[in-house]
Amino acid sequence: MDAMVDILPLRAALVGNPNCGKTALFNQLTGSRQKVANYAGVTVERKEGRLTTPGGRPVRLLDLPGAYSLTATSPDEAVTRDVCAGRYRGEAAPELLICVLSATNLRLHLRFALEVRQLGRPMVVVLNMVDAARQQGMVIDVPRLQQELGVPVVTAVAIRRNGATDLLDLLDHPPLTGPAPLEGNEDVHVTVRRLLADCVSRPSAASEAFEDRLDRWVLSPVWGLVILFALMFVMFQAVFSWAQPLMDAIDGGVSAFGEMVRHILPDGVLQSLIVDGVIAGAGTVVVFLPQILILFLWILVLEESGYLPRAAFLLDRIMAAAGLSGRSFIPLLSSFACAVPGIMATRTIQNPRDRLITILLAPLMTCSARLPVYTLLIAAFVPDRTVGGIFNLHGLVLFTLYMAAILSALAVAWVLKRGGKTAEHPLLLELPAYRLPNLRDLGLGLWQRAVIFLSRVGTIIVTLSVLLWALSSFPAPPAGATGPAIDYSLAGRIGHWMLPLFAPIGFNWQICVALIPGLAAREVAVSALATVYAVGGTETDAAAQLTPLLSAQWSLATALSLLAWYVFAPQCFSTLAVIRRETGGWKMVTITATYLFGLAYAASFVTWRLALAFGGGPS
Amino acid sequence: MRLNELSPGSEAIIDHIEDRESGDPVAVRLRELGFVPGEPVTIIAQGPFGADPLAVKIGFTRFALRRAEASRIVLRTAA
Repeated sequence: MDAMVDILPLRAALVGNPNCGKTALFNQLTGSRQKVANYAGVTVERKEGRLTTPGGRPVRLLDLPGAYSLTATSPDEAVTRDVCAGRYRGEAAPELLICVLSATNLRLHLRFALEVRQLGRPMVVVLNMVDAARQQGMVIDVPRLQQELGVPVVTAVAIRRNGATDLLDLLDHPPLTGPAPLEGNEDVHVTVRRLLADCVSRPSAASEAFEDRLDRWVLSPVWGLVILFALMFVMFQAVFSWAQPLMDAIDGGVSAFGEMVRHILPDGVLQSLIVDGVIAGAGTVVVFLPQILILFLWILVLEESGYLPRAAFLLDRIMAAAGLSGRSFIPLLSSFACAVPGIMATRTIQNPRDRLITILLAPLMTCSARLPVYTLLIAAFVPDRTVGGIFNLHGLVLFTLYMAAILSALAVAWVLKRGGKTAEHPLLLELPAYRLPNLRDLGLGLWQRAVIFLSRVGTIIVTLSVLLWALSSFPAPPAGATGPAIDYSLAGRIGHWMLPLFAPIGFNWQICVALIPGLAAREVAVSALATVYAVGGTETDAAAQLTPLLSAQWSLATALSLLAWYVFAPQCFSTLAVIRRETGGWKMVTITATYLFGLAYAASFVTWRLALAFGGGPS
Repeated sequence: MRLNELSPGSEAIIDHIEDRESGDPVAVRLRELGFVPGEPVTIIAQGPFGADPLAVKIGFTRFALRRAEASRIVLRTAA
């Protein structure tokens, strides 16, 4: 019997309301032994981790999406409902349900626990955040609660080291059978009220003053908006200026490494492939990792602290004017980091029409992959000086680009709203308690995103850089040829073929060449430009020399036109692929790609013409 | 009186939730979120544009509700 226990891991699942601290508990229990994937057939994130109990029993722990009820109103809740009931295809029924409740919000969370209890499956209840409840002066009679619920109840503080030891001990001897149905036919809310009256002595209202005081400012009509816009503005200034030293360091490191490799390898095709293709390609992209991580750090902190739903509250009416709800704000804000997780986050929008519109708008939000292109062009063409005493002109131009994207998203949403029916879109958003973001949870979140970004660099981007290097290097120029080698290559020819389409918006053939791999991932366009110019010119140290090269070779009008192009262009296969997966068809993909391409072309055309008129053309 | 007519800062007791249609999903969700007869509610804030949505405190939980959603919540009139 013991041998069996050693071999077969216990399959357990964490289930609970949103904001019960479930993910913090999951991180506490499994640490970095997590695997993030999707549930079969849908795009709801599936997080599984492994742990070993003090008694040596292995456990496979599933972190189910947060749910308010098993009567599902979103795809997330449907997954939780079906997995809990053991009806999810391709997912073995959990042997143990670990129902996580926040001790600070028992009235809401106990109702859900009772609903889970009615499934009759083996379960335990974890009272999380007992420290916060104690601070509020709440006293919970845990043995009494356990007796009345008829399932084991343990307490935990998920954000504290060793805060879940009681649960770990319990997992050594988990209940094997489910609880018997509760006697009587009492309404679940009546049961909750009885449980609270029997087991919890509540504090006076005064202990909540902190939350109330903070909300009076944060939710205030005037100060709330001031705080929101200040946060957003500082966020973009930070992304631009905090990351710079780190980026310079990585940049220097990559160039030095490339030179080192160049001296080791003999001259020839292999040396060129590795230095100009692989190292230069990966290097120019890895350099932007600090910016992406800083942006994700902001979003994670806003999310973890409980501020993000409050921002949704403040902006709901504006979003409603565009035919959306405040709920769309969170997926759209996440799309500033990357449209892929943003589009995935639209799962929390219950109304299917709101969800489709949010998906259509998500690619308009300026994702972090555009930053490399923006950064490069701004550094090359915008003077680095201070405006109004405190603001960096680079930061201001970047802010303008972001605002242009937001305003056009509002305009697109407004157009879409006129074409749609007017059904009710409920908001019904919980404003969770404020909490200090936990360092481990932030760290794990950042780590998972860094891995996703770097694995994209490692696979798609380097592959494409090498492909582009090959296109740019072969065929070699004929003997005795004059002019840059790339003019004779395949890439040069493709660029020249595309030129008639893009010349009216001010692009040269080098940009046309860089747009091709840029389709796979926007940031590749930078390394593509580096490859094109490094191979085409005499300069070998591609990444470091790109900025002065561009400012010498392009007119301001061309740079502005390319910036405008990047505000709109559907230049990302990953985004289109995720739209295909989320909407289950090519229709939305086609619509998205077509309207974004049209907008990009129009915006670039107008920008190019205006810039020419104001004297920004080639000198 | 309904929740959308309650003045900010004052507390009231929920009488019942009104279904707009049979099986009104918004009403069902409101009940699941704890908006049930007998619970005290307070409006703690109103949105900056058109005083919509409302931030509502019920027990230890706060929710943002649009006025249309809040109008389903019928309050007990003070005796």
